[in-house]
Amino acid sequence: MNSAKYNALLSKYSTLVIFIIPALTIFTMFVVLPIIEAAYYSFYRWDGYGDPNKYVGLKNYKYLFKNKTFILSLKNNFYIIAISLFIQLPFALLVALMISDKIRGANFFRTVFFLPYILAEIVTGLIWAYIYDGNYGMVAAIWNFFGADPPHMIAEKETAMIALYIVIFWKYFGIHMMIYIAGLQNISKEVLEAARVDGAGPITTAWRIKIPIILPTIRLSVFLSILGALQLFDIIMPLTGGGPSNQTHSMVTYLYYFGVMRMKFGFGSAIGVVIFLICFTIAITYQRTLMRKD
Amino acid sequence: MMKNLLKFIIGSASLFFFSSVQADTIKWLHLTGESSPEYPNFVRAVEEFEAKTGHTVEMMYLENESFKAKLPTMLQSDDRPDIFNSWGGGVMYAQAEAGFLRDISDVVTDEYLSTLSAAAANAFVYKGQRVGVPRNVSQVTWWYNKDLMNQAGVDVSSITMWDDLLSAVSQIKSAGITPICIGGKDKWPVHFIWTHLHIRNGGESLFLESLENGGWDRPEYIKSGEQMLELVALEPFQDGWLSHTWPDQAGFFGDGKCAMAFMGNWMYPAQKSNSASGEGLGDDNMGIFSMPMTPGALGDSADTLGGINGWLVSKTAPDSAVEFLMHLVSADIQNEDAAKGAYLPVVKGADKSITNPILAQVANNIGNSQYHQIFYDQFLGPDIGRVVNDVSTDLAAGIITAEEAAQQVQESWEFNQ
Repeated sequence: MNSAKYNALLSKYSTLVIFIIPALTIFTMFVVLPIIEAAYYSFYRWDGYGDPNKYVGLKNYKYLFKNKTFILSLKNNFYIIAISLFIQLPFALLVALMISDKIRGANFFRTVFFLPYILAEIVTGLIWAYIYDGNYGMVAAIWNFFGADPPHMIAEKETAMIALYIVIFWKYFGIHMMIYIAGLQNISKEVLEAARVDGAGPITTAWRIKIPIILPTIRLSVFLSILGALQLFDIIMPLTGGGPSNQTHSMVTYLYYFGVMRMKFGFGSAIGVVIFLICFTIAITYQRTLMRKD
Repeated sequence: MMKNLLKFIIGSASLFFFSSVQADTIKWLHLTGESSPEYPNFVRAVEEFEAKTGHTVEMMYLENESFKAKLPTMLQSDDRPDIFNSWGGGVMYAQAEAGFLRDISDVVTDEYLSTLSAAAANAFVYKGQRVGVPRNVSQVTWWYNKDLMNQAGVDVSSITMWDDLLSAVSQIKSAGITPICIGGKDKWPVHFIWTHLHIRNGGESLFLESLENGGWDRPEYIKSGEQMLELVALEPFQDGWLSHTWPDQAGFFGDGKCAMAFMGNWMYPAQKSNSASGEGLGDDNMGIFSMPMTPGALGDSADTLGGINGWLVSKTAPDSAVEFLMHLVSADIQNEDAAKGAYLPVVKGADKSITNPILAQVANNIGNSQYHQIFYDQFLGPDIGRVVNDVSTDLAAGIITAEEAAQQVQESWEFNQ
């Protein structure tokens, strides 16, 4: 190796090393080590006091997969993903297609639809808890206006999940709409003009031109939606607290209530490991397949 | 001249040295908000103690759920509180077992202990080590609205058996009144009903036996579940009860929206402060009665369910922290708080200061009780305790059977062995 090449290589890698060490250190400290630690704790029965010393093997995992509430939380997470993918995102795309062009009132609608997203999740949960309140809430007022007995949506196990879906839809629909609008506005005007000259109507243009062009954006939005659904926590806490009768837990609220609040930190770690594996598998699979070319 | 100057310097230095060594800062973590009736005496105790000893007491407030979530971490950090709130029972045992509590036997004098109710003081002894000082006792009873009961034609004095209570509920419901207010979202208010039925059906001996050897799915416990389901079948709770919290429950009762509530004696101030008017029910419109007996019960009708709350001392706390506790839980302060109806005191004789007839009745019930069971969700520790809360709520929601409820508690007990 000649000296010039050697110097170039050294310069390249020394820059790499200088930049990667701080990032790698932080990543290791705050991501890798906690995961390894959680995996270690998950083999112990530990109430958080002192060091874990009661080794229980896979008992925490066995108990977890036998636990009906955890299975229900897992299902809830996947229902939320399904609702997001098959109702929320198509609707967001539809609205984005309608208001991405510079038409009258477009900015107003964008702002209105995006507003819920800027609210903190806790605030959103609290606001909707009041809205759903069967005695004093807005839902009660509407029902009372029509002379009907108001429902207690978040108190009934049949309606509590529906109430949660509505809030999730309301809260996150705006951000996906904005992502799509950003994608749509990047489409070259010449392409759209060419389609128009060729006689394509709005529906054909949307279906044949716009959607195929923004497919990478849609794939990204689907990815964010899935991961967001798996991490759902802070809307549920003030809205239902996982109730009634543990019917509306997500995996993360399940972890909090059944691991942290019950001071079963070994068991909680096992839940954390399972959530991590699910998220990791989905993320890697998705990136290796659908987002491979993006 | 030089000699005097030297004396002055040495004297000043010694004074500075000793005062800086001896003045402790005591960190006190509590759950009492500034609007609580006992809060003024918290401040008074701190001011008096600081003036008397030169130590500093640093008061730290946390809300109930935050306290439970943060405490394990705090106790393991260097910033741990010296004194903190406790409901005794399972959580306290776990803290003591892990070595986070200090044995204060060498600081607490026998003379001081003789001023406290022995049962209350012993609730803070773990394996022969005194780890804390009690502050108050409480009892869970049925609270009722006299006007609404009269309106429904219910004679409270006739409710002595569980079936009498069920009949009363039916009668109240027929009169178009909500029989029972309950805070189902918080779950613990619901567990009082199921576990008090355990106390009636099984008594102390069965509880102690289950605690030692398991068997939480015994017929006596299943019977409690079946009895609870009989009550649930009458749809006795307010609409939307699963979305209502304990403060909602207290407020509804204070607003006269239901005829009864099953709650601890803290209901007395809470039904006022949580009511829409801020006044709640007047003393003349409110009464209490004990959980009725059940057929074939092993327990005694005088057995009570409630709490013995107090203060624990952490492992690195200075002696002055214990001295502060002895000042805080003293006859002077407890008499004053009892007269205000803030809580039921543990200092002997302080219950005589209770002027409120309802609270005096509660104090009397506890005094007559041979078996005062600490709340199950506290006594059994955070895990099994919360399972008890969960299954009680599921029973009340009618989504599990009495057998399933008992079985889930047993499974949790086995998991924790």
